[in-house]
Amino acid sequence: MSYPSWSIEEATRVLSPLKNVQGPVLIALQAVQERFGYVHEDAVGLIAETFNVSRADVHGVLTYYHDLRTSPAPARSIQICVAEACQSVGSRELVTAVEKKLGKKIDETYADIEIKSAYCFGNCALGPSAMVDGELIGRASVEKVTA
Amino acid sequence: MSTVIYVPNDSAAISIGADQVAALIAQEAVKRSLDVTIIRNGTRGALWLETLVEVLTSQGRIAYGPVQPEDVSSLFDSDFLQGGAHKLSLGLTEEIAWFAGQDRVTYKRVGLIDPLSLKDYEAHGGLVGLRKAITQNGSEIVAEVTASGLRGRGGAGFPAGIKWKTVLDAPADQKYVCCNADEGDSGTFADRILIEADPFTLIEGMAIAAVAVGATQGFVYLRSEYPTAITRMRDAIAIAEKAGVLGSSVLGSKHAFNLEVRVGAGSYVCGEETAMLESLEGKRGVIRSKPPLPAIAGLFGKPTIINNVLTLASVPAVIADGAAAYAARGTGRSLGTQVFQLAGNIARGGVIETAFGITLETLVHTFGGGTLSGKPLRAVQIGGPLGAYFNSSHLGVSMDYESLAAAGGMLGHGGVVLFDDSVDLAQQAKFAMEFCALESCGKCTPCRLGSTRGAETIQKIISGVDVPANKLLLLDLCDVMTDGSLCAMGGLTPLPVKSAMNNFPEDFTGGAKK
Ligand SMILES: NC(=O)c1ccc[n+]([C@@H]2O[C@H](COP(=O)([O-])OP(=O)(O)OC[C@H]3O[C@@H](n4cnc5c(N)ncnc54)[C@H](O)[C@@H]3O)[C@@H](O)[C@H]2O)c1
Ligand SMILES: Cc1cc2nc3c(=O)[nH]c(=O)nc-3n(C[C@H](O)[C@H](O)[C@H](O)COP(=O)(O)O)c2cc1C
Ligand code: SF4
Repeated sequence: MSYPSWSIEEATRVLSPLKNVQGPVLIALQAVQERFGYVHEDAVGLIAETFNVSRADVHGVLTYYHDLRTSPAPARSIQICVAEACQSVGSRELVTAVEKKLGKKIDETYADIEIKSAYCFGNCALGPSAMVDGELIGRASVEKVTA
Repeated sequence: MSTVIYVPNDSAAISIGADQVAALIAQEAVKRSLDVTIIRNGTRGALWLETLVEVLTSQGRIAYGPVQPEDVSSLFDSDFLQGGAHKLSLGLTEEIAWFAGQDRVTYKRVGLIDPLSLKDYEAHGGLVGLRKAITQNGSEIVAEVTASGLRGRGGAGFPAGIKWKTVLDAPADQKYVCCNADEGDSGTFADRILIEADPFTLIEGMAIAAVAVGATQGFVYLRSEYPTAITRMRDAIAIAEKAGVLGSSVLGSKHAFNLEVRVGAGSYVCGEETAMLESLEGKRGVIRSKPPLPAIAGLFGKPTIINNVLTLASVPAVIADGAAAYAARGTGRSLGTQVFQLAGNIARGGVIETAFGITLETLVHTFGGGTLSGKPLRAVQIGGPLGAYFNSSHLGVSMDYESLAAAGGMLGHGGVVLFDDSVDLAQQAKFAMEFCALESCGKCTPCRLGSTRGAETIQKIISGVDVPANKLLLLDLCDVMTDGSLCAMGGLTPLPVKSAMNNFPEDFTGGAKK
């Protein structure tokens, strides 16, 4: 997925429909991330100003949620479910095999690809499950995940 | 005449190729100059048969599955449009034992209809409950829900009618209905499937709740891990608004009810109702202390009904068919049906809706067919990450709230996860602690720090360091977490840990590892 680069004008435009939302901070952060792929540091001040809340509040929300990110995502993304139902059909082994094939470690940062642990995609009868570039994969294998 | 073919658009089915199958069927039909209409229904819940393709014939819907993309041309060769014989032929869908053995109430329409066709929805009994509710007063609706015995399907099993009555009786200028669709538990997917397959049922259930207590605004808090469900729910809401089911006058009545989807941001603890409220208010998902109950002071401090997807989706049937019909099912104080989810290392996984009181054995073996690997079944975790691990001596347990509690576990959201004999319960216990450490909202020390300590202690046991002393320490730590945690995240994490220790002591000896 490709995103436009950060611009305060575009961000202002993204936030404007949210003016009347009660409790807008999380939604505002999500909207910014949806538009730009991440939350630029300047978005914190912009959201605080737009909705008349403190920067500390915005920052607190930004750092609380696993989904919100403060730097652009690498071009490729692999999320592997490592929760119980997928463990029972070999997700631990799948993680090891993917790490070996790509020569990278899960949950570490790389410029070109992100390999992350995930906790349930609701596909627990067809595990192991993975989400690759936004696409859900059932009965995941090293081949399917790294294809 | 055009032949109707059903190919599910459920995300689980798509995850193993349903979209390719649908596209190939369309292509092949064109190539062979055959007139077909492909309807993308929701899954019927037999995920082990996906992609389950059905053809509508004069005898009914004939099923083929599991269909792989490479099977499509041979299906045409076998004249499947007339229900022709094929190695994947399963006969009439409703006669497949796996479906015939179920009692679908909440899931009545799931997989039968086009999820976004309001016409299909009404043709299959939709809106009957809401039409009745708008002619009743709030107390009558609440009394019906109470009499049905319907309890919270999110896990705690609190009687829905009593919760609704609290909200009804709370005077306020504004009330809310919030649907908890955070479904964080691994091994559960019934909320997702209901939303993807029959979203109007949830809308109808929420509208009935709103009419009952006088709420005018509703929210569906849906996890970000469910992109297909988010889109489907939003589409369904737009259709319902256009048709006047939602909006300033619900089905032409004096009641207004607007509904909005809010997307979670990857936090398990935000499934806890007060953390969900904080998140809906745009804040960090930190647990609030109760009291006040959300029913008295919930979203933005106003009286709020919070119910799980399945609780709300069961309401239309309760109102349409009457409380007695619902309460006639089940056992003891667990009345009605439960939508069980068979998951993990299972041969025939998916959704089984039956009356409470079915045995674990029947679920796991008769329906589930045992493990996927074919290796012996060793452990079953019931009720998600905060639920207990059972061994095969527990297979006789009746699947209802009270029996599972008596057996040292909990039903939770109805997830049943199977593990074969390669599982190491000490590793599972360690994971339970690690997950708690990862997801803790941070408010209570026993949950925030105790869980990290717990994982370290289990690692010591696994490595054979001072095993007896570390086991005692772990049990102590579990007690501190149970007693010193504000919510069930820290409070129930000891359940999987202690049940693993009790039911699988051989995995906690620090010695021989598989
Ligand atoms: N579905 C999932 O994905 C998932 C994930 C984790 C945990 N859980 C479940 O969550 C459960 C714990 O939930 P909880 O902490 O909300 O339980 P709880 O017992 O505190 O509350 C249950 C519900 O009843 C309401 N309630 C309680 N007393 C009331 C009263 N007198 N009047 C009106 N309403 C009242 C509460 O507000 C709440 O909505 C666990 O048992 C677990 O099974 C589910
Ligand atoms: C850590 C934690 C996570 C929870 N996650 C969910 C969830 O994902 N979905 C849900 O319906 N209830 C969840 N619950 C239970 C809710 O707090 C609440 O009891 C429920 O939504 C009430 O609806 P019900 O009465 O219809 O079950 C969770 C509870 C805890 C402690
Ligand atoms: S038990 Fe854990 S998740 Fe629950 S309030 Fe305490 S710290 Fe937060």
